[in-house]
Amino acid sequence: MLLEELIGIAEKQREVRKQICVRCCMSAGCMSSQSAEVKTALEKAVAERQMGDLIEVRRVGCMGLCGPGPLVSVEPNSLLYEHVTPENAGSIIDALTSAGPIKAERCDPQHPFFTRQTLVVRANGGRIDPERIEDYIEAGGYRALHHVLTEMQPPQAIEAIIKSGLRGRGGAGYPTGLKWATVAKSVGKQKFVVCNGDEGDPGAFMDRSVLESDPHSVIEGMAIAGYAIGADQGFIYVRAEYPLAISRLQVAIRQAKQHGLIGSAIFESTFNFNVDIRIGAGAFVCGEETALMASIEGKRGQPRPRPPFPAESGLWGFPTLINNVETFANIAPIINRGPEWYAGFGTEKSKGTKVFALTGKIQNTGLIEVPMGITIREIVEELGGGAPEGAKLKAVQTGGPSGGCIPAEHFDASIDYESLTQLGSIMGSGGMVVMDDQTNMVEVARFYMQFCMEESCGKCVPCRAGTVQMYHLLAKIAARQATMKDLELLEELCDLVKNTSLCGLGQTAPNPVLSTLRYFRNEYLELLQPAG
Amino acid sequence: MKVVKPALPSPDKRWKIVDAKMRRFGYQGHALIETLHAVQQSFGYLDEEALRFVVKALHVPPSRVYGVATFYNFFTLKPQGVHTCVVCLGTACYVKGAERVLAAIERAAGIKSGETTPDNQLSLLTVRCIGACAIAPAVVYDGNVSGKQTAEQAVEKLKGYLHNAA
Ligand SMILES: Cc1cc2nc3c(=O)[nH]c(=O)nc-3n(C[C@H](O)[C@H](O)[C@H](O)COP(=O)(O)O)c2cc1C
Ligand code: SF4
Repeated sequence: MLLEELIGIAEKQREVRKQICVRCCMSAGCMSSQSAEVKTALEKAVAERQMGDLIEVRRVGCMGLCGPGPLVSVEPNSLLYEHVTPENAGSIIDALTSAGPIKAERCDPQHPFFTRQTLVVRANGGRIDPERIEDYIEAGGYRALHHVLTEMQPPQAIEAIIKSGLRGRGGAGYPTGLKWATVAKSVGKQKFVVCNGDEGDPGAFMDRSVLESDPHSVIEGMAIAGYAIGADQGFIYVRAEYPLAISRLQVAIRQAKQHGLIGSAIFESTFNFNVDIRIGAGAFVCGEETALMASIEGKRGQPRPRPPFPAESGLWGFPTLINNVETFANIAPIINRGPEWYAGFGTEKSKGTKVFALTGKIQNTGLIEVPMGITIREIVEELGGGAPEGAKLKAVQTGGPSGGCIPAEHFDASIDYESLTQLGSIMGSGGMVVMDDQTNMVEVARFYMQFCMEESCGKCVPCRAGTVQMYHLLAKIAARQATMKDLELLEELCDLVKNTSLCGLGQTAPNPVLSTLRYFRNEYLELLQPAG
Repeated sequence: MKVVKPALPSPDKRWKIVDAKMRRFGYQGHALIETLHAVQQSFGYLDEEALRFVVKALHVPPSRVYGVATFYNFFTLKPQGVHTCVVCLGTACYVKGAERVLAAIERAAGIKSGETTPDNQLSLLTVRCIGACAIAPAVVYDGNVSGKQTAEQAVEKLKGYLHNAA
């Protein structure tokens, strides 16, 4: 593949484009409400009305507003429809030529849910067909990889990522460029690039959506990383619960190989890079980087102590770079538009944009991408449309089982790594579950503790035994059978497990308890029995 | 090194699929999880014969094969019912009442999560999160995700299942 060929593919795409493009979301969310049938109905309607020369029906990835799916959009008319059914899909085509009344429900594309977003990672979501590499190329895909391979030395590529200020989107927020530099410096006969697509945090589906909607963006990011650190093999670890993401990735990898965009001598350079998929098997702890690598090696996914960090000794003992799906999806845009552009979004220490999965007791549920530094209130009230009718918002949970609940009085806090940590939660991977005043916070804490108890890999005692004890204490409190002594014991255990567990799972397992105790202590106290 | 390949356990064509997967990895130990995926996809679960075969084919100790097969929630050592119903218990589903949905299903089917009905028609499972959080609570019936489920809808759907199958 040469640059000219890449440009040629993009141009040819533009030539064959029809005047009107009707996009139908074919992501897991919308597909569960019959979007495949909707697409068939749209195609049939176009054929029956003999409008094939004018109108193209395109399968696309996630448009973000997953709650009222299936979604259908029409460009260039800027129309958006929700709750589309196979029965009323034909009327969308009729309305385009004023041949009939529109029976599908309109959705306002000018709603703040859409207009307040800044799309970097999700720019292609809902626009391109994720199963056609030509669509990705038309949208500028693989240009960043070409640029890096032909115009940049590996250190320059790393420098660009450092300058962008990008921090890992998998939860901990470690500066991505620094991590790349460390792996680049490590010596090894071989090096690996690993993409963490385990996304085990319940309530989060950003990575699923990126993989389903724009798989090539992740592959391109991985290839650029491979060049920067000197690796020729990449692995994408995807959880088995995401079958559609896996099949889209398989298609994408095959197409990229066919086009010579991964494989040997990419863009006629000396750079070779291959990507393989590894499928998880339902263990939350496998999201932890050392457990994930054990799993790729075909072993039980149990973490091991760090150091050595994967950057020095990772897969099969070789230096390994491991980043999250969303982290990789940010790479090509940063190269294409420059690190300064990227660093222009966000706060001083948290640059760029972040994708959040907005769910729970809120009007608009789905995926949003917003600049760092936006407030929780803006997200919840403006994009999210506030509480469902009659309800009052109580808290937002971020960071899943490793995070905490932020109460409504702190909704003016800015979304960045530091502020969220200060509030007793974490940025996490991007799950944002909104809770209303019907939600019992002790129950929430119990729910997460049960999760950690069941997902504990059992390797170290504080986590294995501690989560069980904490769970029983929480259950006892919830059942109104506990006394102040039990609560004190719970707090002591939180401290112990946090400070003595081997990996992040155990170290953060007490967080949901600690944060609900911090802000909703009364709910615990009300359930206690007098000592007697 | 020449790889000594054990004979397939039976002429059943599905073993060929499993064997092809192992061949792709050169019968190396790190193919274990991928191989178990292939077995489960082909046969529905991992039985002892399959595990013993994998032990021999990949030259890994039985303890490791059994260890991996039991460590990961996705693998099952028991045959599943004709139909499966998987209730998502992720946070968003939980906040939207997934526990009520599960309780209703358990009552209607007369089994607990993790069990299969005596007539082998339905297996009831729970899962940590399937990423369908925007349409919570979600239930997966025979591999198809249904969103925004109420207890009534779920029970209705299952009645259809058990009825159809009878
Ligand atoms: C229990 C546990 C679960 C984790 N799960 C994930 C996950 O699902 N996805 C992810 O990208 N990182 C997860 N991480 C973080 C990874 O260990 C690692 O930090 C991350 O993949 C690095 O990528 P980044 O620098 O791009 O964020 C998890 C960590 C722990 C301790
Ligand atoms: S903290 Fe928990 S999950 Fe992590 S190694 Fe210890 S037992 Fe395993």
